Amino acid sequence: MEYLLLIVSDPEAPAYIPEEDNIEEWSADLDARGASRVGNRLRPPSDATTVTVREGRTILTDGPFTESKEWIAGFDLIDVADLDEALEIAAAHPMARFGRVEVRPVWPFE
Amino acid sequence: MTGLASSDAATEAARALASVAASERLRVVSTLIRLTGDWDLAEDCVQDALARALTVWPERGIPDNPGAWLSTVARNLAVDAIRKADADRRAARRHAVETSIDSEGEKESTMPTDAFDDDRLRLIFTCCHPALAMESRVALTLRTVLGLSVAETAHVFLVSEASMQKRLVRARAKIRGAGIPYRVPPPHLLPERTAGVLAVLYLLFTEGYSSGSGTDLVRPALAEEAIRLTRLVAALMPGQPEVLALLALELLQHSRAATRIDAAGDLVLLEDQDRTRWDAAAIADGLGMLAQAERALEPLAAPPGPYLLQARIAAEHATAPTAAATDFARIAELYAALGRIAPSPVVDLNRAIAVALSQGPDAGLALLDALELDARLAGYHLLHATRADLLRRRRSIGDALPHYRRALELAPSEAERRFLQRRVNELDPQ
Repeated sequence: MEYLLLIVSDPEAPAYIPEEDNIEEWSADLDARGASRVGNRLRPPSDATTVTVREGRTILTDGPFTESKEWIAGFDLIDVADLDEALEIAAAHPMARFGRVEVRPVWPFE
Repeated sequence: MTGLASSDAATEAARALASVAASERLRVVSTLIRLTGDWDLAEDCVQDALARALTVWPERGIPDNPGAWLSTVARNLAVDAIRKADADRRAARRHAVETSIDSEGEKESTMPTDAFDDDRLRLIFTCCHPALAMESRVALTLRTVLGLSVAETAHVFLVSEASMQKRLVRARAKIRGAGIPYRVPPPHLLPERTAGVLAVLYLLFTEGYSSGSGTDLVRPALAEEAIRLTRLVAALMPGQPEVLALLALELLQHSRAATRIDAAGDLVLLEDQDRTRWDAAAIADGLGMLAQAERALEPLAAPPGPYLLQARIAAEHATAPTAAATDFARIAELYAALGRIAPSPVVDLNRAIAVALSQGPDAGLALLDALELDARLAGYHLLHATRADLLRRRRSIGDALPHYRRALELAPSEAERRFLQRRVNELDPQ
């Protein structure tokens, strides 16, 4: 099953400590599992442009579609056996400690 | 064939079916979920198989192995339903169910050698998966594990049948859509997942033991179902101290069920209960389970968990010959230990009560002063009722009354309101 991990910032989370960032270890684990991976960091929300088409008119808005203190800082697409494995991988991501990780199954499932 | 007249045969069959349904339904439904991956289909087919037994058994007699009969019929119904629904897409699933009828038919009623390879346990753990909201976990457990109807499940939560149906549909959709595996989690996840299962079981129990609101103060049938399920988990996962301790706790608390409410439906406090009417067999059973839990804990070199501490407290109450002879100093210590591993304002409140009963009301009131600062308890009627009671015990009637009145405003159940009103009337006869 495919899951998209949304790596989300959280201003309330403990401060980011570069020495405790084990992202390479995490990637190595993904490779070892064969959980074919596409993923990257995203530029900050200030670099986002939101596109809306209404009644044939395209509206471009500077910034993300929601104004919130949390933002999506990156993503990873993984292919694993089930939710438990996806949750295990998400929990091992450094940003689960410095932010949050939202785990979303990819449609379609069957 | 039994050779009885047809109405006797029908009664006989209905009785046999009721007992088979109680002991086998869970196993049949959980296996069918594993084989089909379809919760609704599995539940419907088991329901239909039970209905079919009611018409077939009086005519042809009760089968030698009624449990195996039920699962075979339920599986055949599932195969038919899958065949009808979609010939191609579900062929693999149908095949799985078909082959299982032959291969699993015989070993049905024997307990698996590996306790974790049990469909019932698989079902319980899946219903209690932490990716589901707590209320969904409890609802699914009631509906699928205990086999309560949607209406009965709705009644537990005091919501409409329609919204309960919606909640159940959503929970099953999440299991399927999010890919929650139908299994007992691997050993490294077991400790944290078992805690969730126990939390659901204890919630079911307390829902039956002291319904938070409404007019039914106790629902013994629900408490008994929770005990039955905890017993099942204890049998399927032997030697787990917290599982045994939860079972002990439930048995010890439930032993008082008959004396907690008087003939008029009014609340009877622990100190006023008729101890000769406590269920001696349940107490003996509970103490036995507690001893097993203590023995299971010993080699682990681990501190006692929250259920073990609570079971020890319940055992102190259950074995005290009178309310006055209860070892409240020990109970206060146990609540203090519980507060350290599972901090909760309610635990602190109970500790304050135990301190008051062992060292006098003033010591309890001093602890309450610290608790009152906790905003989480300000709206909790028992905080105010406790303060009122401790003031009453030291004969500060004028001070006690406003606290009784505040508790009365906040009390969620009819029986508790009647009790508090009685106290107010006693202290303030005008």
